[in-house]
Amino acid sequence: MNILVCISKAPDTTTKISFTENNTKFDEDKVQFIVNPYDEWYALVRALEIKEKDGGEVTTITVGEADHDPIIRKALAIGADKAVRVNAHAGDAFFTAQQIANFAKDKGFELIMLGKETINYNGSQVGSMVAELLDMPFVSVASKLELNGSTATLNRDAAGGEEVVEGELPMVISCAKGMAEQRIPNMRGIMAARSKPLEVVEPAEAEMLTEVVSYSLPPEKGDVKLIDPENMDELVELLHNEAKVI
Amino acid sequence: MSVLVFVETHEGKIAKAAYEAVYYGKLIAEKTSGTVTAVTYGDASEGDLEKLGNYGAKKVLVNKNIKVANDQSLTDLAQQAVEAEGAKIVVFAFDVVGKSVAPRLSARLKAGLVPGAIDVPEIDGDNFVVTKNVFSGKAFAKYSIKTEIKIIALLPNSFKAETSDETASVETFENGVAESKITLKDKIVEGGEGIPLPEAELVVSAGRGLKGPDNWGIVEELAGALGAATACSRPVADIGWRPHHEHVGQTGIAIRPNLYIAAGISGAIQHLAGVNGSKVIVVINTDPEAPFFKAADYGVVGDAFEVLPRLTDAVKKFKTAD
Ligand SMILES: Cc1cc2nc3c(=O)[nH]c(=O)nc-3n(C[C@H](O)[C@H](O)[C@H](O)COP(=O)(O)OP(=O)(O)OC[C@H]3O[C@@H](n4cnc5c(N)ncnc54)[C@H](O)[C@@H]3O)c2cc1C
Ligand SMILES: Nc1ncnc2c1ncn2[C@@H]1O[C@H](COP(=O)(O)O)[C@@H](O)[C@H]1O
Repeated sequence: MNILVCISKAPDTTTKISFTENNTKFDEDKVQFIVNPYDEWYALVRALEIKEKDGGEVTTITVGEADHDPIIRKALAIGADKAVRVNAHAGDAFFTAQQIANFAKDKGFELIMLGKETINYNGSQVGSMVAELLDMPFVSVASKLELNGSTATLNRDAAGGEEVVEGELPMVISCAKGMAEQRIPNMRGIMAARSKPLEVVEPAEAEMLTEVVSYSLPPEKGDVKLIDPENMDELVELLHNEAKVI
Repeated sequence: MSVLVFVETHEGKIAKAAYEAVYYGKLIAEKTSGTVTAVTYGDASEGDLEKLGNYGAKKVLVNKNIKVANDQSLTDLAQQAVEAEGAKIVVFAFDVVGKSVAPRLSARLKAGLVPGAIDVPEIDGDNFVVTKNVFSGKAFAKYSIKTEIKIIALLPNSFKAETSDETASVETFENGVAESKITLKDKIVEGGEGIPLPEAELVVSAGRGLKGPDNWGIVEELAGALGAATACSRPVADIGWRPHHEHVGQTGIAIRPNLYIAAGISGAIQHLAGVNGSKVIVVINTDPEAPFFKAADYGVVGDAFEVLPRLTDAVKKFKTAD
């Protein structure tokens, strides 16, 4: 099985978010970057499990500049065979999707796996766009994937629960919790990652459809109002008359 | 000019998020002197479709031949409706179907998409700017859409839909669409009769402080008294005390109810990422230093095993007096 896994970079989940340049840029100073958790824990690890069972190759692709190399090496340390980096700033989701689709179009990948969303922009859109550009079916927010030859059976999120769906490869899948268990890279993996190929390709001509014009932070919460634990009637009264939520 | 709203149906029912999307479409139409057309599929009744008029739709286009929500066929349907209506603004709910169909339509039409919008667009000449949550709710970003056709997927629970007595005219709109390459084999219904968590306006949630799965009765009783849904922190779902679909946070689902009551949850930043859009937060924790108090509107420093039953009684008393 020839699998492509889309890997993006995200600030560590505990990062305190702030902005610079008049609130037009995310302040990366002192930020620790990680592989976007959905891409790493679920898409990549499930791809590796499939390869370990059925053979084949796992390639990662990342649209980003050279500052993405450390997180790409992490994906290689976890077990990907090789990595490709499209050397461009991932301007918006459509730009990113076009780069991924352009790379994948003539390589015969049977599965293209992504995370359900990036934890910085929370777009949930790149996967569906890649599927459209490659004219492939897309299964979004999948929590389980089993293969039987070229038939894939998946559990995916649906209104009010989950659906079990089936389709023929190739397809694009966005992955969420349940798909696989997180793997911690070991020393051997980290050493091996150093010599695995990380190919840098130049971007294809592509357009952007949207642009961030500014950022802002939510207003600070006022001080918490403490209620006597013996007096829950007061809490109910406040929720009704002051907060007006019940 | 018409604002097109894509209305998702599920087993003949229209979801709350879809009503909100229609109402949101109406708010945009008022700004752009347009009218709202809804496009939908499946088995919703004629009466339910007409009732989309209550939320602001003038006209409803329906393709009853599409029974199963599949992203390729639904993208065809959306595209046909955009063309038939000459729509320049297309609205989706940012839910399961919206998340797979809106980006597909965006790529097909080369129309910019803002996924997860929380506000009515600011429109000023050629500038079209929409706000969305970023960094898992820790910040907001204003996105400008630069293309002629603009697509917005609205985050559920961002607007409370107001209704009128107007009804919509319903028209059959049955063009051929791509056949589904994905087939449905089975459905797993979660949460049974309860209120689905993403739609709930009131939520009672608990964490590791509850100490074990057998102690959830006091959580469910409070939820029952309030008419709330239940949720939990991640470790609680991971150890199997609670079902996975209740897990809220960065890696679970993000919710934005009017009221979020958290008992025995420390308030780790990854948990907050899923709930910080809540209008009002109540925290119950034995530890006055628990970080959750910093994000709370009301706090109770106390033992959940005593406070929850007491709160349940107070709620019941309030409801019967009401
Ligand atoms: C990448 C990443 C992603 C994550 N994603 C999520 C996520 O999506 N959602 C999530 O929830 N977590 C997530 N986490 C985990 C998160 O960091 C916390 O570990 C988790 O939220 C803690 O759960 P908890 O508050 O239930 O447990 P604890 O941190 O153990 O807190 C229990 C709390 O209960 C209180 N308590 C104890 N006894 C009582 C009592 N009798 N009455 C009242 N209070 C009591 C304690 O004072 C304490 O504050 C993530 C972590 C990482 C690293
Ligand atoms: N710059 C990028 N390079 C490679 N993959 C990406 C990039 N951005 C997003 N993705 C993939 O697309 C998924 C969804 O991203 P998004 O639509 O931005 O929420 C992520 O989980 C990644 O798998």
